[in-house]
Amino acid sequence: MTPAQRRWVFLVAGAGFVAFYLWGMTGLPGFGNYPGPYGTIISNIAVAQTHATGVVSAINFEYRGFDTVGEEFILFAAAAGVSTVLRHLRGERERSALDEALNRNAPPASDAVRMVALLFTGPAMVVGWYLASHAQTSPSGGFQGGVVLATAFILIYLAGQFLVFQRVSPVDVTEAVEAVGAGGFAGIGLSAVALGLPYLNNVLPLGQTPGAVDSSGTIALISFFVGVEVAAAFVLIVGELLEQTLLVRQESR
Amino acid sequence: MSALVHAPHIAAVTTPYTVSPALMDVLQVTVLVLVAAGATAVVLTREPVRQVVVLSGYGLLLAILFMVFQAPDVTLSELTVGAVVLPILLLLALAKVRRPEE
Repeated sequence: MTPAQRRWVFLVAGAGFVAFYLWGMTGLPGFGNYPGPYGTIISNIAVAQTHATGVVSAINFEYRGFDTVGEEFILFAAAAGVSTVLRHLRGERERSALDEALNRNAPPASDAVRMVALLFTGPAMVVGWYLASHAQTSPSGGFQGGVVLATAFILIYLAGQFLVFQRVSPVDVTEAVEAVGAGGFAGIGLSAVALGLPYLNNVLPLGQTPGAVDSSGTIALISFFVGVEVAAAFVLIVGELLEQTLLVRQESR
Repeated sequence: MSALVHAPHIAAVTTPYTVSPALMDVLQVTVLVLVAAGATAVVLTREPVRQVVVLSGYGLLLAILFMVFQAPDVTLSELTVGAVVLPILLLLALAKVRRPEE
């Protein structure tokens, strides 16, 4: 196909897309106009029903908890996929992390980077745990908390070196922690089934005061397990990529 | 509904804007324009490492957008994934691809 023909194909397709797009835009409800009834209903009943003032978490871990299990296992499968794709292949050898540290090709991180990373590691850890354990009272939750926790481990890599990152998050342990997180969520759901209730039914006492940390029954617990799972999944993915980048070499022929 | 009325922390949730609606409109339009500019900047940056840095800034802009549109939970996700984790994954991949074979 000549460039001129290609341009025509693009122009026709582009014009068609723009036409359909504009046509679709004219059919949208007005800006900020919410037509569905469910959001309004949930806003009105969620706090009284679940004793969670973080209504987003109440929706994520209670009203549509089953969807969230699915999302959880998407991340689980993604981490497993990364581990599988980045496994050591025949013809690849791994350099010792220690040798790499002693005889670096790349210049070491600057003192400024290491200092800032060191300063932020602790706060990231605290904020991550806070977010993961306060889903019931604030617009946070296990996913956000888990990713912040994972960034604390990335900061450890930046502040120290790969060896330290490996020491604080060995692959075996990270994989086990990830499995505990994902299994915990699924297990909480099954415990309701064991009691003869629907899967993921909120079986724990809801607590007295909506918005208190010990309120909302299984919502807080599920968020905690999601945080553990997400943190481990991201640490695993970043760790596998770091290993590929820093350690694994093609065997020279 | 009685639980809604008596819990003080719920009262805070239902408190109307302390920012005037006109100012909110200005904020929303500003942040939408910034996001559009940021996305264009990402596309126009051709050098991969620079593009990752611009992408990280774009993630930050998106996080601000979600904040302005009152979705603080999405803000947190976008802040951590879009501005931090995604750029790191891309940088690592670039480092692997670019390293000369020994």
